[in-house]
Amino acid sequence: MSVSETTPQQRTVLAEPPPQQQRAASRKAGWVRRAPLVPALVFIVVMTQLPFATTIVISFISWNALRPDERGFAGFSNYAQVFTDANLRSSVVTTIVLTVVVVGVSLVLGLLIALLLDRQFFGRGAVRTLMIAPFLVVPVAAALLWKHAILNPSYGLVNGVLTWVWGLFGSSSPPQVAWLTQYPLISIELALIWQWTPFMMLILLAGLQSRPADAFEAAKMDGASPFQAFRYITLPHLRRYIDLGATLGAIFIVQNFDAVFTMTSGALGTANLPYTIYQTFFVRQDYGLAAAQGVIVVIGTIVVATFALRSASSLLKEDS
Amino acid sequence: MAATAPSTTAAAADAAPPRQTYRKHSKLNRPNPLWGVAAWAVGLLFATPALWMVLTSLHREVDAATNPPSLLAPLTLDGYRSFFGSSNAWPALINSATASVVSTLLVLALSIPAAYALSIRPVKRWSDVLFFLLSTRFLPIVAAVLPLYLFAVTTGALDQIGLLIALYTAMNLPIAVWMMRSFLAEVPVEMLEAAQLDGAGLIRTLRSVVAPVAMPGIAATALICFIFSWQELLLARSLTGVVAGTAPVFLTSFVTSQGLFLAQVCAAATVVSLPVLIAGFAAQDKLVQGLSLGAVK
Amino acid sequence: MTARRRAPLALAALSTVALASTACGGAGGGGGGGGGGSTDGTADSISVIMVNNPQMEDLQQLTAEHFTEETGIEVQFTVQPENDVRALIAQDFSQQAAQYDVATISNYEVPFFSENSWLAPLSDYAEQDADFAQDDILEPISAGLTGSDGEIYAEPFYGESSFLMYRTDLFEQAGLTMPEQPTWQEVADLAAQIDDPNGTRGICLRGLPGWGQVFAPLTTVVNTFGGTWFDADWNAQVNSPEFVEATQFYVDLVQQHGEAGAAQAGFTECLNAMTQGGTAMWYDATSAAGSLEAEGSPVAGSIGYAPAPVVETESAGWIYSWAWGIQAASEKQDAAWEFISWASSQEYEELVGAEIGWSSVPAGKRASTYENEEYLEVAGAFAEATEAAISSANPNDPGVQPRPAPGIQFVAIPEFADLATTISQDISSNIAGQGTVQESLDRGQEAAQAVADNYK
Repeated sequence: MSVSETTPQQRTVLAEPPPQQQRAASRKAGWVRRAPLVPALVFIVVMTQLPFATTIVISFISWNALRPDERGFAGFSNYAQVFTDANLRSSVVTTIVLTVVVVGVSLVLGLLIALLLDRQFFGRGAVRTLMIAPFLVVPVAAALLWKHAILNPSYGLVNGVLTWVWGLFGSSSPPQVAWLTQYPLISIELALIWQWTPFMMLILLAGLQSRPADAFEAAKMDGASPFQAFRYITLPHLRRYIDLGATLGAIFIVQNFDAVFTMTSGALGTANLPYTIYQTFFVRQDYGLAAAQGVIVVIGTIVVATFALRSASSLLKEDS
Repeated sequence: MAATAPSTTAAAADAAPPRQTYRKHSKLNRPNPLWGVAAWAVGLLFATPALWMVLTSLHREVDAATNPPSLLAPLTLDGYRSFFGSSNAWPALINSATASVVSTLLVLALSIPAAYALSIRPVKRWSDVLFFLLSTRFLPIVAAVLPLYLFAVTTGALDQIGLLIALYTAMNLPIAVWMMRSFLAEVPVEMLEAAQLDGAGLIRTLRSVVAPVAMPGIAATALICFIFSWQELLLARSLTGVVAGTAPVFLTSFVTSQGLFLAQVCAAATVVSLPVLIAGFAAQDKLVQGLSLGAVK
Repeated sequence: MTARRRAPLALAALSTVALASTACGGAGGGGGGGGGGSTDGTADSISVIMVNNPQMEDLQQLTAEHFTEETGIEVQFTVQPENDVRALIAQDFSQQAAQYDVATISNYEVPFFSENSWLAPLSDYAEQDADFAQDDILEPISAGLTGSDGEIYAEPFYGESSFLMYRTDLFEQAGLTMPEQPTWQEVADLAAQIDDPNGTRGICLRGLPGWGQVFAPLTTVVNTFGGTWFDADWNAQVNSPEFVEATQFYVDLVQQHGEAGAAQAGFTECLNAMTQGGTAMWYDATSAAGSLEAEGSPVAGSIGYAPAPVVETESAGWIYSWAWGIQAASEKQDAAWEFISWASSQEYEELVGAEIGWSSVPAGKRASTYENEEYLEVAGAFAEATEAAISSANPNDPGVQPRPAPGIQFVAIPEFADLATTISQDISSNIAGQGTVQESLDRGQEAAQAVADNYK
């Protein structure tokens, strides 16, 4: 708290008013300062907090749109249902697994590739452009692409390449894997890792390129091995970029809907929280239950976000 | 930088020597052709699915669905013809463009003043405000879909592009404020003071001192907001239908039951991704700045 | 580090606002898009949402050139895959949001959609529209589209039952014959004999989750094995021995001799497999025959059609019709009827016959179709089998015991879609080799009983 209270005063550039008017003036000055912030804050509160307030209200109503005559106050029965619902529990696990795997693997791969691209070689810009492409493909397009063109068991690219490679060695019975049914969650993770590795790579590459060169060179002069230099110079420097990538990645992967919706429709244990709520709302049309699920998820998110935001706070350290 | 914040002590050591970028690799890091080969291999591996999408989109359906794949099959634009042959294709692309561009402009209009009040002339407890904004981005959008839908049905806002614009603005605003703030934090306060002592008005100060620093930040923010809006599916799918359906929603309808459709789907996926691909390729540096919330300059 | 203390503080702010923000309620009244105007376009434009089956795609092609040309009514189509389209339709109709004037519904939705007054009654329209010839609609089809009040609530676009399709050429090569009325055991034996694990598989059966996907054929198997979802007194029977045996049979058959990736294969994937020579048999909707026999199909002319396999019942085929319903809240019901009356007409069937090919006609709904020489010439191979299958289906008594609600491959209650979809995800996993059928159905039994308790 101390930061926030001292900083503004010290950045003040207003001329000092006479003492007797000081209090009134400073109140007015405070509002002048706040004014530019008001539209954005009001807008965000209206657009994000209001719907959640409504969700809380609906979560106490027994309301299935398919039985419009039976609407009424439900007390906590929707919540009771949420906590006894095995599907919701398993989707919590799925969400966590999906997020941890995708963010973790993307970060590691992204770091390795960033280290590679940090070197000088012919066509570095071109390779970076190639690397960015997956992130820019529209997510639902990417999901369709992976489902139908890459992982399809009979004509997908992966099985096609297997056939081709086996064919080279004269084999007519190559392994053909039904990816989406045998490894449904891994398939989704694969598609997401493909999209998010470039994201991590870009952030980490930028981090690498802002390394203070002198410390690094000094370390080398001192005879530090490349690994030691990486471990004690590069990694600490990259720390905040890693935090940043993990935080942003988690925000988006936890909420992922497109890939699950498109690739498996939540089947075979791949339904994550957003998909499960969507399903309750759109297919089951149980508004009360969907709202209760939403409220529980929001509370869970707040708890998880506490940790994520704490790491995001390292971003402010340096530039404040 | 205003070296006044107490918490900079730790960072100060880090930042004390002027930041030297590491682009000129000295003798310590002589290019080794092997690394280049490895980098190219990885780059191509990652691009393969996207390249495969484009190649498949140019094949005939019969050549698209073969095992092993037919790389050298004759090329055709049939997939694209059938995409644009659908009467819903252009409206969907136009809806996407409208929603993305207008919401991006709105985000800029709201985030720049807000960032100003969080950096150049910061309000009290500005960092709490900043964290509050970011925390709203953590809230699962799916939990808001139900009330938004009911709201839209009651008010007649269902299937209106205006509703999507408002929601995309809210979705991107927190990230935009973070980015803009870190760019505006770079504005040299001494120069601001000097300009004011010279009696320059607010507008002139903004134009001559703030704008040069802020412009790259504005471009980066706009690019990111545009990309995220263009790619959004859940809200568009839940809240639009006939009139305001966006390109990603249209794409989900493309899996038909009419026999082979692979080339068609790939063509559609390519067209829908193209605006974002072009924008992202053209402004790679801005992309990096944007993705890192402006932490990377 | 002060920065560390800040995050929880911000979260406190977040949670107070998020969880107790009724105070802010007043501020938000005016939020959202500025849309006071209605979503409607001009009076002579209607919007139609439909499933993306081939017959609907033909319709989409023909509408502008013919219907709009004649009537001046523009039609905006929204087309989605089956599971998605149902969700969108149920959503829009239950809120009477009227984004769509016309939707493809079916004999599953009509009973409870009409009960809830979400559909506009069509009897008067049909009566006054002499050209439409309501009498021509096949009885089992129109019965399913009539509400409990006797009003007609939807008009069929095409009707279907289910039957077994098989490759006569492959059967001949292998020296096998298909019995006139096969039993499931015979089908399983045939599948085992003709199955080539590296080439043409024995049989294609849906495994894709969804009550209208895997559970459509599977429920007909359950019926004929003597099982049922509910008994007449609303006791769930999902883990009864018959239900389990039937499901186990189905899962084993598709695992051993079925298509690759069966757990994600639906109608579309099986149609592809059959067309591409990937499977020797396929048990599915009669409407698939049109696509298999269409011009340019590599298997046209080499498909045989046998009635749905049975065990304990005399017939086992389902009955289903994709039909047009008008949303009660639609402001363009007259224009909507004009569209329906055209799309469901005999005239439209002739148009498809002339422009696209007689095998693509949306059949199975009108008696006159099966008297049409031109149609029979092309569709002779499956026309008779289709008509026989439709007329032998009895939605009110499809199994060996009395049922509490109509439906062959479904139970016509609103909860069934979600109930069966949830269980189908477990069955799909079983097909993919995860878990056991007994476990899936034990879980299903609990969910089914919870639903049934609403009706006791």
